[in-house]
Amino acid sequence: MVKAVDGVSLAVKRGQWLGLVGESGCGKTTLAKTVVRLLKPTSGHIYFDVPDVVKAEIEALESAGNNSGKLTSLLKENDLGTFSGARVRLLRRRAQLVHQDPFTSLDPRMKLKDIVAEPLRIHRVLSGEAQKTAVKELLGTVGLSAGQLGRYPHQFSGGQRQRIAIARALATKPEFVAFDEPTSALDVSVQAQILNLLKDLKKEFGLTYLYITHELLIAESVCDYIAVMYLGNVVEMGRPEEIFHTPHHPYSQSLVAATPVPDPKRRVGRILLPGEVPSPANPPPGCTFHPRCSQATNECRESEPELKLVRNDHYVACFHPL
Amino acid sequence: MKDLVRIRDLSVRFYTYEGVVHAIDDLDLDIKQGETLGIVGETGSGKSMTALAILRLIPYPGKIESGSIVFCDKDSGGELELLKLKEDRMRAIRGNKISMVFQEPGAALNPVFTIGDQISEVFLLHRRQELGRQAKQRVDSLLSDGNGLAAGLKRPFWLWQSRLYSKIAEGPHPLEPRFLSHLPLFRRLLWRLKDEAGLLTVDMLKDVEIPDAARVAAHYPHELSGGMKQRAVIAMALACSPKLLIADEPTTSLDVTIQAQMLELFRRIKADKGASVIFVTHNLGVASEVCDRLAVMYAGRLCEVANVEEIFLHPSHPYTKALLNAVPIPGKELQTIPGALADALNPPSGCRFHPRCPSAMPMCQQERPKLKEIGKDHMVACYLF
Repeated sequence: MVKAVDGVSLAVKRGQWLGLVGESGCGKTTLAKTVVRLLKPTSGHIYFDVPDVVKAEIEALESAGNNSGKLTSLLKENDLGTFSGARVRLLRRRAQLVHQDPFTSLDPRMKLKDIVAEPLRIHRVLSGEAQKTAVKELLGTVGLSAGQLGRYPHQFSGGQRQRIAIARALATKPEFVAFDEPTSALDVSVQAQILNLLKDLKKEFGLTYLYITHELLIAESVCDYIAVMYLGNVVEMGRPEEIFHTPHHPYSQSLVAATPVPDPKRRVGRILLPGEVPSPANPPPGCTFHPRCSQATNECRESEPELKLVRNDHYVACFHPL
Repeated sequence: MKDLVRIRDLSVRFYTYEGVVHAIDDLDLDIKQGETLGIVGETGSGKSMTALAILRLIPYPGKIESGSIVFCDKDSGGELELLKLKEDRMRAIRGNKISMVFQEPGAALNPVFTIGDQISEVFLLHRRQELGRQAKQRVDSLLSDGNGLAAGLKRPFWLWQSRLYSKIAEGPHPLEPRFLSHLPLFRRLLWRLKDEAGLLTVDMLKDVEIPDAARVAAHYPHELSGGMKQRAVIAMALACSPKLLIADEPTTSLDVTIQAQMLELFRRIKADKGASVIFVTHNLGVASEVCDRLAVMYAGRLCEVANVEEIFLHPSHPYTKALLNAVPIPGKELQTIPGALADALNPPSGCRFHPRCPSAMPMCQQERPKLKEIGKDHMVACYLF
């Protein structure tokens, strides 16, 4: 049994651009897939835009200390993990995912117009002429020309394909989009174009983003809030400038130090992490980071630290925060 | 500093069904002794092809059309024109004087041989005489130390072995061992060569900081993590202490913390062995970490060559400037390069960057700008200078 994501608590606020940072195998992708219900969580709850009325009711029940069946049933009812059929489809209309590699996420046998129209067809949003105009409009918003409608994915470059994938995700007018390393397969100049496009789209449509990346520089320059993951756990959350300049978790600190910055003057001050990320099938006991941590004590080896607030909106899961 | 490799007017073309792709177009580049030269550029800029051309490993349907690559090495007799060498001479250079680390360590290793076997192969190919000498010493010590009946009975065999290995140690192609190595079963009589190579392999693995090297040598590639595999590949490339190590995106498939370990390893290797390194990468951050000098390429041509500090602090070519601005740096507005990468089949006329260049002049469309020296060791191919 692999615990890909293990006891993660995270909230994405409306209108936020949350960056999820971590190395391969830390569970970033699994988390994103679970949020749009491509995977079903083994345990735990995910809530997506719970109506205010229900929220107030839950809060009232909670503050009353009433552990009645009503509260549990309310919580269960609104949990994404228990959704099925029509409710999942409705969720996916409002929450979309853009995959990592635009070379494998587009069906090579479908034309551009069919790829972008597919969500509209599946969710029965628009059909006929209205669908065609909607597709053209979508392509316009992501910067592709309508003359390319009849082309197949292989006729596009990597950056263009990622634009197609973004257009497809935006087709159903979602409120929330999860991006799984959308620029890792792209060149630097194309990456900048895509990031600027995402910025513009967010402003234009008032979107909320969950942005997964392993490149800290991207996360710091575009995100409003950053969560650092290690081996299935969130180890630190905070605003980008705090994570970068005053990281409190030893892992975030070495991650920041290990990130190469294009500035030949800043070569010094490296913290080299010994060893490699352990297998998630057999994670170390206690704090999962302790075998590579320089500050590890017996406490770290035995018990698991919980996320604690250190400053406003800055959370750290460490017994000995820096 | 003296030059180690001099590339002049190198052109590489790919003859595809759609047309001729000019992967490298009249490239001039020097690699100095003991330096780390970074080649940076985007997809299709010809950076990997430059690396492959030096080893003459351009894949079909590509061809080195013209130019010269001179490899200056005292041991192998002054200056060698690599593009005119016979294939067997070239094979003696590959993996020996010039070696390569590829992007994907998983793809660079053979899945059906152990790590140890694959690294030993380098020694068995290029260091046979040395191995023969060491094997002979080992047999000789057996001869002098051996006492008793068992040793007495084995003595004639040991004497024969000692003679055999001394022949290998002396000549490059001795008849008897060569004959033996072609006979199934009998070739096993040369097992001591393999043993010696195995010992060198373990030393090599220790050198690249692999813990428990003897155990790892017996592992198959799939049993190792990405970082370990890349270390093994680097060990293989360094086995014969090459004069030039070409690393083609060696850290692209690795995680940030593992990448940091690799970059540290590269820096240490360079300091220890004094080898020159060509570091091909698209990551400007990585380039600034390890390189002494940088060459920026665009669509098969060189735009700018200068020291790392010079490139990052005073970029001169409009493409270099645009590339540096496209890197996300916190607190700075992301700037994009307008337009798309040059079409490889129908590249723009004149300067290939002119359709995307903010300071393009009518002249840029007509004629290709030549590399000009605008400062100390700072070359730029642009009409602005």
